[in-house]
Amino acid sequence: MLQIEHLSKTFNPGTINEKKALDDMNLLVNDGDFITILGSNGAGKSTLFNAVAGVFLADSGKIMLDGKNITFEPDYKRSKYMGRLFQDPLKGTAPHMTIEENLALAYLRAGHSTDSFSRISRKDREMFRDYLKRLDMGLEDRMQTQVGTLSGGQRQALTLLMATIVPPRLLLLDEHTAALDPGAAEKIMALTNEIVAENHTTCLMITHNMHQGLKTGNRTLMMADGRIILDLDEEERKQLSISDLMQKFREGAGTDLDDDRMLLSD
Amino acid sequence: MAFIIQTALTLGCIYSLVALALFLSYRVLDIADLTTDGCFVLGMAVAVTAAIGGHPVLGLLLAVIAGGAAGFVTAFLQTRMGVPSILAGIVTNTGLYTINLMVMGFSSNASLLKQATVFTMFREIVPLGTWSQLILAAVTALAAMAAVRWFLSTRLGLSIRATGDNREMVAASSINPRFTITVGLVVANCFTALSGALAGQLQKSADINSGTGIVVIGLACLIIGETVIGGRKSITRNIAACLAGNIIYRFIYALILQTRILPIECLKLMTAVIVALAIAAPTLRDNAAVMNRARRELK
Repeated sequence: MLQIEHLSKTFNPGTINEKKALDDMNLLVNDGDFITILGSNGAGKSTLFNAVAGVFLADSGKIMLDGKNITFEPDYKRSKYMGRLFQDPLKGTAPHMTIEENLALAYLRAGHSTDSFSRISRKDREMFRDYLKRLDMGLEDRMQTQVGTLSGGQRQALTLLMATIVPPRLLLLDEHTAALDPGAAEKIMALTNEIVAENHTTCLMITHNMHQGLKTGNRTLMMADGRIILDLDEEERKQLSISDLMQKFREGAGTDLDDDRMLLSD
Repeated sequence: MAFIIQTALTLGCIYSLVALALFLSYRVLDIADLTTDGCFVLGMAVAVTAAIGGHPVLGLLLAVIAGGAAGFVTAFLQTRMGVPSILAGIVTNTGLYTINLMVMGFSSNASLLKQATVFTMFREIVPLGTWSQLILAAVTALAAMAAVRWFLSTRLGLSIRATGDNREMVAASSINPRFTITVGLVVANCFTALSGALAGQLQKSADINSGTGIVVIGLACLIIGETVIGGRKSITRNIAACLAGNIIYRFIYALILQTRILPIECLKLMTAVIVALAIAAPTLRDNAAVMNRARRELK
């Protein structure tokens, strides 16, 4: 469903800081795939997400979604069918608006109604309540609370609900549990799996956790220097231990995996 | 005294529309929109000129449209031309000076003599003397505030609030920030111009310099209101703060004018002091609390 062809992006071209973030990259994502993406810092993982989400225009190459060329579509139009979560839990919600208003924003944007002056109805509100109950954080009784007063974990949980309240065609998760405490991270990850499975959402997830990278979803990619150096399907992944993966990385990238965060995480 | 109260309330209601506009641009969108001064005079010039021509009601409508156009220019400069938001407002404001002269037929002021204004027309319908002025001003202000409250809970309104609250999030929420900033600034400047239009028809004249400092006074009123009624906790309270702050400010203003505690020449300085104090109040309060605690515990 998502097709990336010969995608390249160079930052600061022609300067001493020139950085090839994406190097003639190709990727075909199948409908219903849940892909985890591993790679050391600067491998181009987030750049790939930014290009797919339309934050910037790639230097060359094209991006197709469901057979439609979306290379030149601006980010705010793509977000109608693409959900995105960032590592920073503060990025996805409006702090001075209430939980209800944040959900309303997410719901009204992608919902069937395109009227600029539509408002949330009592029925919508009930739906939000039921939806919030899934988090089991008691947020359903705090709908009028400003989001800025919630904890990072609560805000990330809310962001996840907002991104999926109208199921997107494609969900981009950029280390969305990395900044949370272990308990919250586990909870958000479980909820992610649940929601993705429920809607059969096609999903790409960046992670630094090798264990998570091999266990979550149905396919694992490894990136280095703006290219995909390893593409493992479900069967191949099952045979693989973390040390095998590091061995494979060495073969593919020609260097050792030099990322403390990735090595130290369990 | 009754006269002071009446004047303060009437002017408070009329000028609260400027605070409402600044609430939209400064608080909701988080943009310092300096179009305000010129836009206020634009509304005044258009409404007074139209009233001279015998169309006071149409004048208000034209003033609102003109104000919206001024807001659009500022928004266009910053969303499409890459002009930083404060500069965009200053540029529009500068251009408006000439536009405002043009509206008044290249004269620096325009006066109504015996021609009807919306206030004299309303007085014929509701014959309560000068109180009818207050009623008309209050009804307009309250209607504008109710409209803004409603607007901010619609899909578009929520999008505008999100634009000012978390820029990072908006594009990822299929909101086009260029569009929401434009709508926000257009609506805000419509209210600024309406305020100028009502003020002009109330005082039966328009003057090219009558907008000087309006943005500071409006901001002061907004902040005074927020400080007094704990404004920033909810949108409804924040909107109410626009009105409350203006009435308080106009009371102080009217008292000084009447009692001559301060020479009238000092009004601008007084305004600046009030603004500075109102903005500094929360910080001063916090500092005082810390110092008190330190004094107690370090004894």
